[in-house]
Order: sequence, then structure tokens, then C-alpha cells
Amino acid sequence: MSSSPTAPTSTTGSSTSSPSEERTALIACGAIAQPCATIVARRGWPVEVHPLPPLLHNQPQEIAGEVRALARRLRPSYARVVVGYADCGTYGALDAVCDELGLARLPGLHCYDVYAGADRIERFFEDQPGTYLLTDFLVRSFARTVERELGLDRWPELREDYFGHYTRVVWLAQEPDDELRRLAAAASDRIGLPLTVVETGNARLESALEALLR
Amino acid sequence: MTPQEILQGLYDETLVGNAPRVLELTEEGLSNAMEPQTLLFDALIPSLEEVGARFERGDFFVPEMLIAGRAMAGAMERLRPLLAETGVATVGKFLMGTVKGDVHDIGKNLVNIMLEGAGFEVIDLGVQVAPEKFVAAIEEHQPDIVGFSAFLTTTMPMFKANINALEKAGLRNEVVVMVGGAPVTQEYADAVGADGYAADASACVKRAKALLDARRTKVPA
Repeated sequence: MSSSPTAPTSTTGSSTSSPSEERTALIACGAIAQPCATIVARRGWPVEVHPLPPLLHNQPQEIAGEVRALARRLRPSYARVVVGYADCGTYGALDAVCDELGLARLPGLHCYDVYAGADRIERFFEDQPGTYLLTDFLVRSFARTVERELGLDRWPELREDYFGHYTRVVWLAQEPDDELRRLAAAASDRIGLPLTVVETGNARLESALEALLR
Repeated sequence: MTPQEILQGLYDETLVGNAPRVLELTEEGLSNAMEPQTLLFDALIPSLEEVGARFERGDFFVPEMLIAGRAMAGAMERLRPLLAETGVATVGKFLMGTVKGDVHDIGKNLVNIMLEGAGFEVIDLGVQVAPEKFVAAIEEHQPDIVGFSAFLTTTMPMFKANINALEKAGLRNEVVVMVGGAPVTQEYADAVGADGYAADASACVKRAKALLDARRTKVPA
């Protein structure tokens, strides 16, 4: 099996502009851009990662438009543009943009599917509909991307409004270390739910990227 | 405080979600012999309408909506029995629930707040509501509208299951069916045979009123 979906002319995971018609631009959600860049660098793929702000996830209706705008800007400078988003709550709007511009995207409904597999995620919800999912990114940025965005820093009493029907936190751990484990435990404590750790690694993300770039 | 100061205070404090102060001002208004419907229609509802308008403009987000709603809900707990005593007619009765298999209710709760603020009587069945529970609640409460909420693409098919259950129970023509939730579209609502759909809480109130007006025009009382 080839280790490279395209000829590995150089290795970079940076988002700095280095236009080349031989290279691919990966428009990536900021929540997965870092592991994407790490994989790209390790594999030596001729890909540059262009992150969009991860907080777009809290206004998913804006994702498709942002991807369209960035893809249009990048297309003249790259041989190819691909999209490092799943559907991500756009409910088909991102697919419409991909169809419009001839772009491919990551599979699945959310990055959770990309990390753990759609079947596994579905089983989590069948087992307990009140499952709240975290990734390494969300664990690391919990205070900003969850607590502040939900207003829990200002109004802790809203905890019940948001999490009253949840029964557990499932952390899809890509690269768990002591610090992340501590942060995950603290995050689940703050929303008052038990924590389950499911170690997914980045293997599925890597496979999905490879397929996307092939 | 003068009645005008109380009304202004209620409006301002609801807008910023200061629940304890809203309740204090409600009590102060009542102890000053202000009518409960005056507190509701001249302060609380206009404030919540402003919250909805700011949300539509992108000036407010979900937390601001929720915290204002909680402040309003606290006052309503106090005013609801008094309003019932005065015999103030509601705009209509709205039965609401998140469908079976789905625990998401933030959007539904925002809709409830806006509906109640607009004068609807809202009966909320909560989350994971099975079709048979909707049927039983419709028979018990005889609402004008039933609302099905779903946040997941995997639970949206319950809309059709619920509508089928209403048809089987002979209730489909007795009630207006509205559906909503993040993944829901007008096309999907049409496909499952719902009467109405709205993209957000403010739009839901307008659509619900329009559907009831149309129904009442069509069916003379």
C-alpha cells in the first residue's frame, strides 16, 4: 500500500501561504486542524492545512459559506482543494458547496464519526441517548469552547438547561496523556456527569485523510 | 416605585435575565395593586419580544435567550394562577415534546418561552416522548397545536411515526402539527405531512399564530 495519496514533493502542515500548483489545500475545521497537520507532516504529503475557526461549530449555519469563500480564494493557488469537515451540523449545506465547487470532504456527520467510526458513535447513542461527546480539542479548550460559549461562566445555573438530560461524558481520546486525563476529568466534573474514556487514536482520521487526498 | 418604574424595571431586568430582581419587581407590582396582565403584557412580553428580536439580529445568542427565559419563567410561576383567575384568554394551547430517542431540548425550551411570552398556554411533555404519550396527552389536554422537536437526523423520522400514531388514533384532524429542530427543513416537514415548520423560536410563534388564524377562519366556532 502506498504511503502517499499524491506525490510527496514536500512536507508541511503549516497554514502559511506557499502557493504551488503541485500542492493540495486542506480546508480544515480548527478543531481537527492540528492532528491533520501532524499527520500530513509525518506522511510527507504535499498538503497545506488552512484552518477555519473551531467556534464556527457553535454557528454551523456559517460553516458552508466560510468554506466556500476560502475554497474560492485558495483554488487559483493549488492543484486541488479538499475539505476537512464532516457534515458538522450543516445538514447538507456543506455538501451543496462541495457539489458546487467540486470538492471532496471527510465522511460522516461529525468529527466524532471520523475519530471513532459512525457505527460506534451510533451505538453510544443507542446505549445512552444522553451521551455528551468530547475530543482532545474540546477537552483542552473546554473552558472557552464549551463553558464560555454556553454562558456557563456567567450563568452557572444554565447547567441544568444544557446538560439536565445527559447521563455521561464520553471522551474520544486521540492522544491521552496525564494532563488531558486531568482536564477531561475536570470538564466532566464541572458539568456533573460521569466520564467514560474511549481511546480512538488518530488512525481513522489518518485513513479518512488518505482517502480524501487520494 | 411608581407603576411605570416597576414596568420599566421588569422590562430591563428580564432583558438581562436577572431572575431574582424580576421576581421582586413582580411581587412589588402585585403588592401595589397592579394587574397581573399589565405586568405580563406591558413589560414581560415586550421584553421577551426584544430578546427574540436581538437573537434574530445576532446580538443575542442561546445563553442570553435562556437566561432571559428563566427570568420570565420565574415571574410567570407567580402570575400564572392569577392570570387564570382573571379569565384572560390564551392565544391557544400548544402541546410540545422532543421525540422518542432524543434528549435535546434547548431549542424546544426556547420555543416554549417565546410561545408563553406570546400568550400561548404551553404544555411541555419533556424529552424522549413516545408516540403513544403524545396521543394520550392530546386526548387529555385537547391542544390546538402539537409540536414535535428533534435535534438528530436519526430521530427526525419519529415525526412521521408520531403523525401516523395521531392518524391511527383518529386525532390527526383535531390538532395542528408543527415540527422543528436544527436538522429540520420545510421540505422535510412537508414530506412527513406536518402542517407547519419554523426555523427558530420567533418564527415558530408567528407560524403558530398564522396556522391557528387560518384554522379558525376555516372552521367557524
